[in-house]
Amino acid sequence: MNVFKSMGAKLAVFCLGAALTLSLAACGDQKAEQKAADKPAVEAKPAPAADKKIKVGFVYVSPIGDAGYSYAHHQGQKAVAALPFVESSFVESVPEGADSERVITNMARKDFDLVFTTSFGYMDSTLKVAKEFPKVRFMHCSGFKTAENMSNYFGRMYQARYLTGMVAGQMTKKNILGYVAAFPIPEVIRGINAFTLGARSVNPQAQVRVVWTKTWYDPALEKDAAVSLLDVGADVIAQHQDSPGPQEAAQQRGVYSIGYNSDMSAFAPKAHLTAAVWNWAPLYVQTVEEVKNGTWKGGQAIWWGMDKGVVDVAPYGPMVPDAVKAKVEAKRAELKAGTDTVFVGPIKDQAGKERYAAGQKAPDADLLGMTWFVEGVVGTTE
Amino acid sequence: MPALRVIKRDEPWRGGALAIVLGALAFSLGAGILMLAAQGKSPVQGAVVLWQGTFGNVFALEDALRKSVPIFLCSLGVAVAFRMQVWNIGAEGQFALGAIGATWAALSFPGLPKIVLLPVMFLAALLAGGLWALIPAWLKLKLKVSEIITTLMLNYIAILLLDYLVFGVWKDPTSFGFPMTPEFSPAAILGPIGGTRLHWGFAVCLVAGVGLWAFFRFTLLGYELKAGGEGARVARYAGLPYGFLVGFVMTVSGALAGLAGCVETSAVLGRLQPSLMAGYGYTAIVVAWLARLEPLPIALASFLLAVLRVGVENLQLEMQIPAAYGMIMEGLILLSVLAGQFFQTFRLGRREG
Repeated sequence: MNVFKSMGAKLAVFCLGAALTLSLAACGDQKAEQKAADKPAVEAKPAPAADKKIKVGFVYVSPIGDAGYSYAHHQGQKAVAALPFVESSFVESVPEGADSERVITNMARKDFDLVFTTSFGYMDSTLKVAKEFPKVRFMHCSGFKTAENMSNYFGRMYQARYLTGMVAGQMTKKNILGYVAAFPIPEVIRGINAFTLGARSVNPQAQVRVVWTKTWYDPALEKDAAVSLLDVGADVIAQHQDSPGPQEAAQQRGVYSIGYNSDMSAFAPKAHLTAAVWNWAPLYVQTVEEVKNGTWKGGQAIWWGMDKGVVDVAPYGPMVPDAVKAKVEAKRAELKAGTDTVFVGPIKDQAGKERYAAGQKAPDADLLGMTWFVEGVVGTTE
Repeated sequence: MPALRVIKRDEPWRGGALAIVLGALAFSLGAGILMLAAQGKSPVQGAVVLWQGTFGNVFALEDALRKSVPIFLCSLGVAVAFRMQVWNIGAEGQFALGAIGATWAALSFPGLPKIVLLPVMFLAALLAGGLWALIPAWLKLKLKVSEIITTLMLNYIAILLLDYLVFGVWKDPTSFGFPMTPEFSPAAILGPIGGTRLHWGFAVCLVAGVGLWAFFRFTLLGYELKAGGEGARVARYAGLPYGFLVGFVMTVSGALAGLAGCVETSAVLGRLQPSLMAGYGYTAIVVAWLARLEPLPIALASFLLAVLRVGVENLQLEMQIPAAYGMIMEGLILLSVLAGQFFQTFRLGRREG
C-alpha cells in the first residue's frame, strides 16, 4: 500500500479504505482474491530463529476480570501461551491514546516477535510503533490501518448478534427489546442492526430501544441504563458493554437478558437466555503458527466469521424452549457453513427508505462504516 | 504502665515535610512488598523489575517525563487557584477546552507554516481554557455559586462538547464513522526534542513552572494573590480587588490546563479523539495538594506519579501482576503522605505517670 503515500494524505486514507474492502472481500471470495493479488505484494516475514521461543505480547484495554471484552481476548492469550514454542505476556487496563504507545513500544524494545493490540483506540499508536520497529509483527483488532509489518483483524460479531436477536424476538411478550449500547460507532451500530434484523425475522412486531452509555465498562451506569429501558417496558435486555450490569438489572426485574463477550449466565442465571461471544483462540493460535512458519504477512485485513469459530452464541438458558432453539440452530448451521445472509435485502432504514433491495447483499465496506439504524430500532445514532 | 500519647507541637515540625514524605514512601513500598509476597511473587524480583522499569533505563525515564507533562501543567494551574482558596475542580474540562481550541486552529489553518501555526494553536488553547474557567469565576462573584460545584459540572459539559465535535462536525470523513478528527498537518505537530522521545511540551513546562514561581516571588500581583488567599474579607479589608483576583487566578488556572490539552493533542495524539481525556485534571488536584501548591514540589510529585504508573506497567509485563496493583500503590502513597501530615502538628510522647 506504499504506492498511495504520494497522493496526498486524504486520498491515501480513502484508497486505504478501498484496499481494505478488497482484501476483506477476499476472505470469502475467490474473484476478489485475484484482484487483491494485483496489489503490491507484501512479503511474508521470515520466521524467528527456530531454537528460540516466539515472544507474543497482548495489550488489553480493560482489566481481564471474570467476564467481558478483555476477558475474551485473554482466553485466546491463554491458548497461545499454552503452545510449547511460545512465551507470552500481557498488560491490562491500558488507556487508549498516549499510554498505549508507551506500552506497545516497551514490548517492541523487549524483542517481542508478535504483539496483539486488542482495542480500536490503539490503532494510531500501533501504526506508529510498527513503523519504528519494522522487525516486530503487529496485529491490531478492529481498526482499518495496516502497514508492512501490521495487519488488522476482527470477527463478524454481527452474525452472533443476529442469532441472539432471533432468541430475543421469540422470547419477548411485549415486543419491546432493550439494548444498552456503548458508543455510536459502526461496530456497535452494526450489532444493533443485526440484532434487530434477527429479532424481526421471527417477530415482525419487535422493536429495539437503544440507550447510549458512552462507556465500555461502568457497571453502575450500565445497570442504570438497563433500568431505564425496563421502565419503558422492555422485557429482554441486550447489551454492547463489557460489564454484566445490564444482566443483573434484568434478573432483578424478573425479565430476560442477552449477554455479550462471554457467557454471562453466572451473573444472572434466571435471566440469561444466551450471549453473543468471542472465541479468539483459533485466530490467535493460527497467527502464531504463521509467525513460526515464516508465512505471516503484514498489510492484511482479517475479518473472520462464525464459520471459523471466532464468534458464536453461548449455551441457551434452561428457560429457552426447544422450538425457539430449533429456529436459531437452523440459522446457526447456515452461518457455520459460511452462508452469511444477515445483511441481505430487503433492508429498510428507520425512515422506511429501502437501503438494500431484495436479494442485495450489503458490501463489507458498508458494514464497516455503518452509521444508520435499520427499521425497527427506536433511538438515534448520535 | 508506659503508653504513647499524642502531644501537640509548640510549633510546626521544621524539616518535617521531607521526613514525612520519605517516611510515607518507605511505608508504602514496604506494604507493596508485602502485597507481592502475599500474591506469591518474589518481592526481590519485583523490586528489580520496578527499578528497571523506572530509573533503571533511559527509555523509562523519557516515558515518565512525557507522561508527567500534562499532569504537571494541570497541577500548576490548579495550584494557582488553590493558593487563593478558589477551589477549581475543573482542570479536566479546561484541559478539554484547550484541546478543542488547539484543534480548531489546527483544522482551520492547516496551510500555515509551523512557526505561525503552533503559536496560534497555543494561543487558542490558552484562550479557550482560560475563558472556560472564567465562567465559574463570574458565577461565583455575581451569583455567589460555589465554584466547587460549577467547575465540576462544567467538566461534563466540556467533555460532551468534545464528544459532539469529534462525533459530529469535526469527524474525519475517512475514519469509517469512528470518532476522531482528521490527522493534523505536520505543521501542527509539536515535535520531539533532538533525537529523544521527549517533545517540546517539556520545554513549555519549564517556562510555565519558572514563570509562575517568579510571578509569585517577585511581583506585587503575586503577593496580593497570596494575601487574597486568606479569604474575601481579608482581601477587601486590605484593599485588594478580590473580584479581579478571582477572575485572574481562574483564567490563569484554566489557561494552564488548556495548555496541557494543546500539548497532548498536538505532540502525542496528532489529532483530537475522545481517548485524549485520561483524567489528568483530577490527578492534578491530588498532585497539587501533595506538593503543597509549590511549583518545584509539583514537578517532583508529577514526575513520581508518572514514574510509578510507567514502572507498574513493567511489573505487569514481566511478572503478570494485576493492573490494580499500581492503583493500590498510588492510593497507599497518597494516603500515607496525607496521614503523615498529622505529625507536622502533633508528636507522640510517653504518657506521664
